[in-house]
Amino acid sequence: MSWSIDTVTMDSRLVMGTGGASSLSILDQSLVASGTELTTVAMRRFDGAAQDSVFALLERLGIRILPNTAGCYTARDAVLTAQLAREALETNWVKLEVIADEDTLLPDPIELFRAAEELVLDGFTVFAYTNDDPALAKRLEDAGVAAVMPAGAPIGSGLGILNPHNIETIVSRAQVPIILDAGVGTASDAALAMELGCTAVLLASAVTRAHDAPAMARAMALAVEAGHLAAHAGRIPKRPLALASSPFEGMVAPA
Amino acid sequence: MTQPITITLNGERRELSEPMSALALVSELTGRELGADGTPVDGTRLGIAVAIDGEVVRRGQWSQSTLADGHTVDVVTAVQGG
Repeated sequence: MSWSIDTVTMDSRLVMGTGGASSLSILDQSLVASGTELTTVAMRRFDGAAQDSVFALLERLGIRILPNTAGCYTARDAVLTAQLAREALETNWVKLEVIADEDTLLPDPIELFRAAEELVLDGFTVFAYTNDDPALAKRLEDAGVAAVMPAGAPIGSGLGILNPHNIETIVSRAQVPIILDAGVGTASDAALAMELGCTAVLLASAVTRAHDAPAMARAMALAVEAGHLAAHAGRIPKRPLALASSPFEGMVAPA
Repeated sequence: MTQPITITLNGERRELSEPMSALALVSELTGRELGADGTPVDGTRLGIAVAIDGEVVRRGQWSQSTLADGHTVDVVTAVQGG
């Protein structure tokens, strides 16, 4: 059931983001309920007054940190943010996020690709957040990223997987792990991602902004596990008409 | 006689009575006692990075990096996100 990046093996296929939680306590409970072993954080200017101790929380829970470059619009900004994260958090892993505009938060493919190339050369293990574009996914893989993370739908939208066919195409051609990232709204979306062959699912808002965040975190953990099992259990083919599951022989007939 | 300097710290102008090292600045901001290698003396992890004029300064170099007049200094840490 486990999967690996570099030499790190993880049992949980649910990667959690920490954004959107109403309190650190809710986040704490949600992370525990999710069973996640890898969790994203953002890098921001230190504010002594409003000190966010998400770093201390993740240290205490023993969850590996995946810093992101959220909010960056250019390769230059993303590379600097990744370098700061590497220094602050002592990890080569980075979730590369280079957005085009704040309405869609969709990736800017040109800047994303440039940043990916640069970070790979600089020795980073890059998790590239990208559009659900099979061509770009392949280019990112060829550039040497460790994982490709196509969006199911815009970040925080909860719209689910808008183009399952593209996700399936990306998975079928990839040699690196494909992690469905962004757009998940509820458990069935996460299960679908896994059924389409994704290695893992990354989500934040679907849990942290749910009415009962820890309950949704547990639901997502189960959905990811169920979807992964189903994907490898050999589902039945779809058929246009019914196929009886009870035998016709031996039916009781009225006299 | 040292002169007071002005730096831009996390986007805001900040007067320093005299030039100080990046190590002293981080220690002051975080309220943590740091060794010369930039790590907390209590053995925990700090989770902080510093950039001066857009270039990351490695933790081990903080003690030798003296902030000068006009420097743009960013001190960053992890927050909830993603």
